[in-house]
Amino acid sequence: MDRAEVDAKIREIAEPFNKKGVTITEDTSFQNDLEFDSLTVMDFVAEIEDEFDIIISMNQQAEIEKYGQLVDAVTKMQAD
Amino acid sequence: MSEGISQPDQPQTLEGHAGDKDLFSKFDDIIAMRQGLLDSGVEDPFNLVMEKVLSPTRAICNGRETILLGTYNYMGMTFDPDVVEAGKQALADFGSGTTGSRVLNGTYQGHKDVEEALKDFYDMDHAMVFSTGYQANLGIISTIAGKGDYIVLDIDSHASIWDGCAMGNAEVVPFKHNDIEAMEKRLRRIPEDAGKLVILEGVYSMLGDVAPLKEMVAVAKKYGAMVLVDEAHSMGFIGEHGRGVVESADVIDDVDFIIGTFSKSVGTVGGFCVSNHPKFDIMRLVCRPYVFTASLPPSVVATACTSIRKLMHGSNKRAHLWENSKNLHKGLKDLGFQLGTDEPQSAIIAVIMPDLQQGAAMWEALIKNGLYVNLARPPATPANMTLLRCSLCAEHSEEEVGEILEIFEKSGKAVGII
Ligand SMILES: Cc1ncc(COP(=O)(O)O)c(C=O)c1O
Repeated sequence: MDRAEVDAKIREIAEPFNKKGVTITEDTSFQNDLEFDSLTVMDFVAEIEDEFDIIISMNQQAEIEKYGQLVDAVTKMQAD
Repeated sequence: MSEGISQPDQPQTLEGHAGDKDLFSKFDDIIAMRQGLLDSGVEDPFNLVMEKVLSPTRAICNGRETILLGTYNYMGMTFDPDVVEAGKQALADFGSGTTGSRVLNGTYQGHKDVEEALKDFYDMDHAMVFSTGYQANLGIISTIAGKGDYIVLDIDSHASIWDGCAMGNAEVVPFKHNDIEAMEKRLRRIPEDAGKLVILEGVYSMLGDVAPLKEMVAVAKKYGAMVLVDEAHSMGFIGEHGRGVVESADVIDDVDFIIGTFSKSVGTVGGFCVSNHPKFDIMRLVCRPYVFTASLPPSVVATACTSIRKLMHGSNKRAHLWENSKNLHKGLKDLGFQLGTDEPQSAIIAVIMPDLQQGAAMWEALIKNGLYVNLARPPATPANMTLLRCSLCAEHSEEEVGEILEIFEKSGKAVGII
C-alpha cells in the first residue's frame, strides 16, 4: 500500500473516534486536537494494528504526536 | 489497576508550558479538580485519618467508630496474636531496623526465614523479598525485559507494573483487558526470535474480576513467552493452598514468576517474587530496586513469616471469606446497586456509581454512617467509572456483613442512587 492508501484507511478508522468532528490534517495532534485519552488510544491503535497486521509498541507511539507522523510510521511498517 | 488515587495507573506525561517558571504549573488542572470536589462540601475522601484501629475490621476514623471495608486486609492477620508476638520478639532481639541493603548488611536471619516460608507456601525453588510489592514489580520487570525484548500486558495493569515497564528498555505492547484474542494477535506479530514477557494479574483490583489465566497462559506458552503473574489480591484466599488464581486455574507450573505483596493478606508491608527459574538468584545482584534500598525491618519480616506460615493452614478462614463475599455481592445486588462483576469472583466487590458527584456523595454518606470503602474515580478507573470498592475480610462476621448492607441501603436511599 502506498502512503495515500494508508492515509485513506487510517482516516476511515479514525472517523468513529473523532467524536468532535475535528478536521484531520497532517498536523492534527492526537492529544491536543482529538483529545484521545489512553483507552481511546489503545482501541484506535488496536484497529490500525489489526488492519495492517503490525505492532505499534507504546515506545513507538510515544514518538507519534501528529496524524501525519502516524501515517508515515504505518506506511513504513507495513512495507517492511 | 491500583488504589484509585486521582491519577491513572498508566503514567501520564504532564507538559510544562513555555514561559512557566514555576515547575508546579503543570499540576494546575489537578489542583483545580481537587478544589472543585472539596468546594462542593464533601469530606475529603483522600484525607481520612484513622485515629485508633480496634481490629482488622474496626477503627475510629475522623472521630467515628467505623467498619472497615476497603483495606485489603483480606485474611485479617494484622491483629493475630502470634503475628504480633513475633514482631515484638524480633524488635527486642534484632532492633528497629537494618540500616542497610539486602546485599550488604541488610540480610538478617528473619529475611532468610521469610523467604523460606514463601518457598514452602508456593512450593517453589526461589523466593526474593523486596521492601514493597511496588518495588518487586518495578525491579523484576525492568530487569528481566531489556532492550529488544517485548512486554505484552493487560491495559488495566497496576501502576507498579506500568512503572516497571517505563523503567526498563523493552518494547511495551498493551492489550484490551482480559481479551485473550487481542493478546494472541499481539504475540503473533512479535518477531519470533525476540524475548517476550507476558504480564497478567490474577485478580484485577478495580472491578474484582479474575483473569482467564488457563487460556492466557496457554497462549503465552504457545508463542514462547515467559509469564509473570501478579497475585497481590489473591494470596492466602484463592486456590486450594491460597497460592492464587494461578493455582485455581491450574497453571502454576507454566508460570515463570509470581509477584506478591505482604501489604494485603499477609497484613504487614513488603513484596516478593517467587520462581522456579534455575538462574533466578542472580536477580539479587542485578535488580536495582532490590540492591539500592534498605531492607525491611526485622519486626516486619518476622510478622510476615509468621503470617505466611499461618495462612498455609487458613482453609476455614478462606471458606468464611468466600461466604462474606457471596453475601455482600448478593445483598448489594438485591438492593439494586450496579456491581463490577455479575458473580463474586474475589474478595473485592466494586459498586459502580452513576457519576463522580454522586459517588463522592455516597462515599461521604457511608463514612458518616460508619462504613469505610475505597473511592476510585476517573482517571484511575477503567472506562472512567466512579467506583466504591469494597474489600472483605475473613474477620468480618456474618452480622457485620448484614450491618454493612443496612448502611449501604440507608446511604443509597439518602443520596438517591437506589
Ligand atoms: C496488583 C498490585 N500489585 C502490586 C501492588 C503493590 O503492593 P505494595 O503495596 O506492597 O507496594 C499492589 C497494591 O498496592 C497491587 O494492587
